[in-house]
Amino acid sequence: MNNKKEIRRKRTDFGLAMTERRAFFSVKSLNGSKKIRALSVLIGVIAFVQILTWSPLFAQRSKMIQIKGSDTMVNLVQILAEEYMSRSPGAAIAVLGGGSGTGIAALINGTCDIASHSREWRQREIDQAWEKGVKPRFFVVAVDGLSIIINEKNPLEKLTMPQVGAIYRGEIKNWKEVGGPDMPIVLYGRQSNSGTYVFMQEHVLGNKNYSPDMREMNGNAQIVESILQDQAGIGYVGVGYVLEGGQVRKGLKVLNIAKDEKSAAFSPLNKAAVDSGDYPVARPLFLATNGKPNQAIAGFLSFITGPEGQKVVEREGFFTIGAKHKEQNEKNFK
Amino acid sequence: MSRPVKRKKRLSQIKEESIRLFFLAHGLLAVIVLGGIFVLILSNAVPAFKEISIKEFLMSHTWDPTSPEKAEYGILSMIASTMMVTVGALFIAIPVGVGVAAYLSDVASWRVREIVKPVVEILAGIPSVVVGFLGIVLFGPIIARIFNISSGLTALNGSILLAIMALPTIISISEDSLNAVPQSYSEASLALGASRWQTLIRVRLPAALSGIIASIMLGLGRAIGETMTVLMATGNARSFPHGFLDSIRTLTANIAIELGEVPYHTTHYYGLFAIGLTLFLITFGVNLIADIILNKYQQREQ
Repeated sequence: MNNKKEIRRKRTDFGLAMTERRAFFSVKSLNGSKKIRALSVLIGVIAFVQILTWSPLFAQRSKMIQIKGSDTMVNLVQILAEEYMSRSPGAAIAVLGGGSGTGIAALINGTCDIASHSREWRQREIDQAWEKGVKPRFFVVAVDGLSIIINEKNPLEKLTMPQVGAIYRGEIKNWKEVGGPDMPIVLYGRQSNSGTYVFMQEHVLGNKNYSPDMREMNGNAQIVESILQDQAGIGYVGVGYVLEGGQVRKGLKVLNIAKDEKSAAFSPLNKAAVDSGDYPVARPLFLATNGKPNQAIAGFLSFITGPEGQKVVEREGFFTIGAKHKEQNEKNFK
Repeated sequence: MSRPVKRKKRLSQIKEESIRLFFLAHGLLAVIVLGGIFVLILSNAVPAFKEISIKEFLMSHTWDPTSPEKAEYGILSMIASTMMVTVGALFIAIPVGVGVAAYLSDVASWRVREIVKPVVEILAGIPSVVVGFLGIVLFGPIIARIFNISSGLTALNGSILLAIMALPTIISISEDSLNAVPQSYSEASLALGASRWQTLIRVRLPAALSGIIASIMLGLGRAIGETMTVLMATGNARSFPHGFLDSIRTLTANIAIELGEVPYHTTHYYGLFAIGLTLFLITFGVNLIADIILNKYQQREQ
């Protein structure tokens, strides 16, 4: 009680002002060096940020073209980007995989400049894009002969489209049902964010469900690795992933595919068959931009669709684009 | 008392109080973050049950939201898969982990302990991607060869890898709790004529049991929540697992696979949050049970 009163009195009397002032001075004198240090750190940070934003490094980064999407296309686009960058200094291109669905979502959300995709856009995605003010334009950059692969030790040479569909739907469970050895079939496929997964489902499985026993891999390379180890396995990958130095990878076999029982079977490595449409699971590969491509992006795209880019496409195992696709690309540049 | 002294006392009281509040805020932060996460998951999970019945969600085997035929949202296979790899991992990790802990605390010489203990702790620092990679290139093919199956990407592979990841936790906490057993216990036991083995099994291990169980529960928590390793090493087939040599897909792997691509605010999107909620409830249950067990043992000891 007594104590409290004393404190209250102290607040009102002259002593307070004195102590207050003294305290003020003491804080200043004690923390003077600290304050200076804090101030200099602050100035340093501001200067650093300023330098960052003004530096050519940052300027270049803001001009960097971000490409995201298809895992099937990621190696091809990466090599195309490197070739292009070595020819036109100042161009900067970053390529990321993740799957066609991921790339399309990124273009819609504005987190990349170009989406690469191995399947066509779904109506829902196009609607979503227009809602957000993104007006996608599609450029066909290559043609892929989707390859059905098995282990080299499996003696099978060919399958028909209906057979492949039935195998992936889980209706055919043993290799002997399609003329192979007596072994249960082990299915390898991609995950649902993959364009290849969707393309297979739409064009080979007849829009039916995949077998729940299918092992879902992260990417083309992982499917190839699994098939190399698994004699009973079957997988589907972009044609660029089965080649190594122009040859089919050792331990791997690419099946010939026929449209149906009556037609002849063709290999996806046969350029004439893919061009003529005799190979039944060929598909275009796309790059999509938001609206009319700006100068930097148009430069890159016309390099790819031009003769030099197409030469790279061929070297990587994919196929060049036909006249119809070229015409469509020309329209999209304008 | 002179004024400056009193003033100093008051200042220090304020200082004490503010320090107390500062640390209270830190303590509360953990609670707030946990509450926030729970509310976020719950609010995103609830809309899923407008279109999926809880019965279908928990009892159906089939999860296929992108199906062109009929979207299905059943997570029973994934719950079974998660349970399977976790239980499998504990089957491997508990005997090995407790064994190593007992060796380190009771048998090993000082020099061996000084080498082995840091090595075990380094094991905890290996990124899960690297462990998953080991599963693909090393354990998978070995399993395939031993069991004469065509592919080693199975539940067993996941269990072995998760056991490796849970081991450091189990070893180091078990060893600490064995070391914390009072010296007088073993002295009494040895004085009564028990051998070192009998002392270890009948006296020291039971006395350290609460700590060992805590370490197992922490290991279990890690195994349930681990994503990358099982995603890489178990093949991710959606079907219901029939044994340890089947390919499986866990709850965590499913979220990781599908959340990147799912269109926002669809049933599929909310369904993934519902899976997250399920995981949250499972780990919450595990922690709760661990706490209850620990409390019981501690009471009995007293």
